[in-house]
Amino acid sequence: MPQSTQLTSMQTTALVIMRLLIGWHFLYEGVLKLYTPSWTSKGYLLSATYLESFFQSLAGESLISTVDTLNIVALLLVGATLILGFKTQLGSLIGIGLLLLYFLAHPPFPGYPQGPTEGSYWIVNKNLIEAAALLVIFLFPTSLSFGLERIFSKKQIQTQAH
Amino acid sequence: MATDKKLFTGFSRRDLLKSLAGIPLVGVVWAAGLDTTKKSKLEKDFLLEKLNIKASPPPASGPMSGDPLRIGLIGFGIRGEQLMRALGFATQEWMESMAQSSLENPNDKRLEDFKAQENLNVKLTAICDIFDVRAEKALQSFNSENNSCKRYENYLDLIHSGEVDAVIIATPDHWHAPMAQAAIEAGVHVYVEKPMTHTVEETYRLRDAVRRNPGAILAVGHQHRQTLSFLTAQDAIAKNTLGHVSLVTTNTNRNDDNGAWQYEIHPDASPETIDWNAFLGNAPYVPFNKEHFFRWRKWWAYGSGLSGDLLTHDYDRINCVLNMGIPKYVTASGGIYTHRDGRNVPDVMQVNMDFPDFSTGSSQEEGKEKGMTLVYSATLGNQFDRGTVLMGHDASMELGNILTIYADPRSTQYKDMIAEGRIDPSVPIYQYDPSADGVDAVTSATAKYFANKGLLWTYRDGKRVDSTFLHIREWLSCIRNGGNPSCGIDEGFEEAITAHMAGLSYKIGRRIEWDAENEQIITLPGEDLDAILLTSPSV
Repeated sequence: MPQSTQLTSMQTTALVIMRLLIGWHFLYEGVLKLYTPSWTSKGYLLSATYLESFFQSLAGESLISTVDTLNIVALLLVGATLILGFKTQLGSLIGIGLLLLYFLAHPPFPGYPQGPTEGSYWIVNKNLIEAAALLVIFLFPTSLSFGLERIFSKKQIQTQAH
Repeated sequence: MATDKKLFTGFSRRDLLKSLAGIPLVGVVWAAGLDTTKKSKLEKDFLLEKLNIKASPPPASGPMSGDPLRIGLIGFGIRGEQLMRALGFATQEWMESMAQSSLENPNDKRLEDFKAQENLNVKLTAICDIFDVRAEKALQSFNSENNSCKRYENYLDLIHSGEVDAVIIATPDHWHAPMAQAAIEAGVHVYVEKPMTHTVEETYRLRDAVRRNPGAILAVGHQHRQTLSFLTAQDAIAKNTLGHVSLVTTNTNRNDDNGAWQYEIHPDASPETIDWNAFLGNAPYVPFNKEHFFRWRKWWAYGSGLSGDLLTHDYDRINCVLNMGIPKYVTASGGIYTHRDGRNVPDVMQVNMDFPDFSTGSSQEEGKEKGMTLVYSATLGNQFDRGTVLMGHDASMELGNILTIYADPRSTQYKDMIAEGRIDPSVPIYQYDPSADGVDAVTSATAKYFANKGLLWTYRDGKRVDSTFLHIREWLSCIRNGGNPSCGIDEGFEEAITAHMAGLSYKIGRRIEWDAENEQIITLPGEDLDAILLTSPSV
C-alpha cells in the first residue's frame, strides 16, 4: 500500500508509538516463553470454550510442541518487525491471526465461561482491541518514517536520482 | 567504500536514528525478558533446593510373567464389574455401551483405554453371585476361547474348588471378613473391598487368620494407595516441610442418588432369582426385600454407612502419607437429614479422630510438636469440593492428584524468607503435578487454574491408568514376585478399627477410646460393641 495518505507528523508519531508498544508487548511475551522451557499452550487450548475440537486437536500429543514453537516464533517475529519497522505489514497480519486465535479460544461471549481475567469483558476484550490496533498499523504503515525500511527507501531515492 | 558512502548521501543523522532506533529497543526488551526468566528460575531453584522434596511416583509393581493366575470373583455387582474391568474382563453390554458412547463423543476414551490396558496374565475361572441375572451375565461375557469361567452357588464351594489361586471379594460389607477368612485359611489369596470388616471382633479374627497363613496374600481395596503424589507427600512430611501438623481435614460431598447409595433395582429381582438367605448371612432375618438387596449400603446390618464406605478411603489416604495408625479418641455425630427413605445409616457425618501423641516434626521450641486431629466431614446433600488439607505450623499441603504446599504467614521455618519477600504465603511454594514436567515452586494463577481443572493431566507413560488397575496389579505382583501389598492386613486392621470406632461413637454418642498397648477399644461394663455397631441407632 503506498504511503500516499497525508498524515500530519503528530498523527504519524502517534501511529509509530502504537506500533512500538504493540511490538514491545509481543516481543516480551515471546522472549518470556522462549526462556521458560516448561511453558506450554496446552492448558489454554484444552480449556477452549469455543471451536473446542479445533483447539483441542492443536493440543494433541503430536502437534503441541510444534504449536508451542510456532507460537513463540510468531510472537518474536511480530514483536521484532513492529519495533524494527521492517515488514511491518506482514508482522501485523501474523499478529492479527495470533490474537484472533487467542480470542476465539476463550471469547468473552455472553454465556461462555470466563477464565481468570484481570478485568470485565463483554464480547470485546483486550485481544480483540489489540487485533484492531494491528489492523490500523497494517493500513497505515509508518516504517518509512521510523524503521529500517527508511534506509531502503532512501537508497531507492538515491538510485532513482542517479 | 565509495559506493557505501554514496549510499548514505543525503542521509542525515536524524534519518539514521529514525531507521535504526528499533534495534536497541529490541535488545532492551529481549534483555528484560531474559533477566525476568533468569531471576524467577533462580528463585524457584533456591526454594526447591531449600525444600529438597523428592518427587517420585510409587514404584511400578513386578512382572506379570509365569503361569496365568486363576482368579475367582465373589460378588458381581457395581464394584465387581469395575474390578473385573481392572483385571481385564469387561461384559459385552459394557463394551457395546462404551462403543456407542465413543461414537457420540470422540473424547470418551474409556473403551480405547480398556483395550490398551496391560494384560495381567490371569484367567477368570470362577464366579459366585447369588443373583442369577448377574451370575449369568458374567458367564456369558467371560466364557470365551481363552477363558473358561464356572459359576458356584456358594462361596465356600468356589474357594475350595481347587480351581482358584486367588479371590476378589466385592460383596456387601457383612460378608467381607467371613469370606476373606475362609479363603485365607484355605491358602487362597484375597483382594477384599473396603471396609475390611463389618464388626470389631471380625477384625481381630481376620488378622489372626492372615498371620497364621503367611503364604496367602491379602490386600484391601484402597486403590488411593496408588495415588501418584503420595510418595512425594511422604517425603515432604519427612523433610519437615509442614512443621507440626495439628489438623488434617478430609471430606466427602455428594449430592445425587447414586452417591447416596440409591442404586437401581433390577426388574428381574425376585425370591426365585436371588438366594435371599445367602444374602442375609449373619444379618438379622428380614423377609425378602429388593431394596435391602440392591441398596444394602443404607443399613447397618449389611453396610457401614459413611464411616465404613467413605471415611475409610480418606483415613487410609492420610494413614498412607502420615502412618499415624489408629486414633486414640474418636468422636462422631451426624444424622439423616436429606435421604429420609427408611435408611438407618447417616447421610451427614462428622468424625474427629484425635492423635494426642502423634508428631510430624516441628520447627518450634520443644513442647509444641505433638498432637493432631484428623477431621472427616461428610454430607450426601451437597457436592462442593473441599479438598484434603494437612495444616502444619509452617505450611499447609493440599493433597489431591496434584500436591500443593503453601507457606503459613506465621511460620517459624519460613519467617525470614517471608520477610525478605522470597516467599509469598498466597502463592504455592511447591507444586507437584505428576503429569506435568514434575515440580514447580512458584506457580502462576493461570497455571494453577488449569491444573486444578485437571486439564494438564496426562497419565503414566502417557496412558490413562485406572488406580484400581494399579492396585490389583500390585496385589498380583505380590502373589507372583513376593513383597507386601501397600494396603495389607495391618493397614486394613487400622482402617477397620478406626471406621468401627467412628460408627460406635455415632451410635453411642460418646468419645470412643483406643487402648494402643492392649490393642482394644475401651468398653464400659456390659457394653457389647458389635451388637451396638450392627443394630439401628436410636437417633
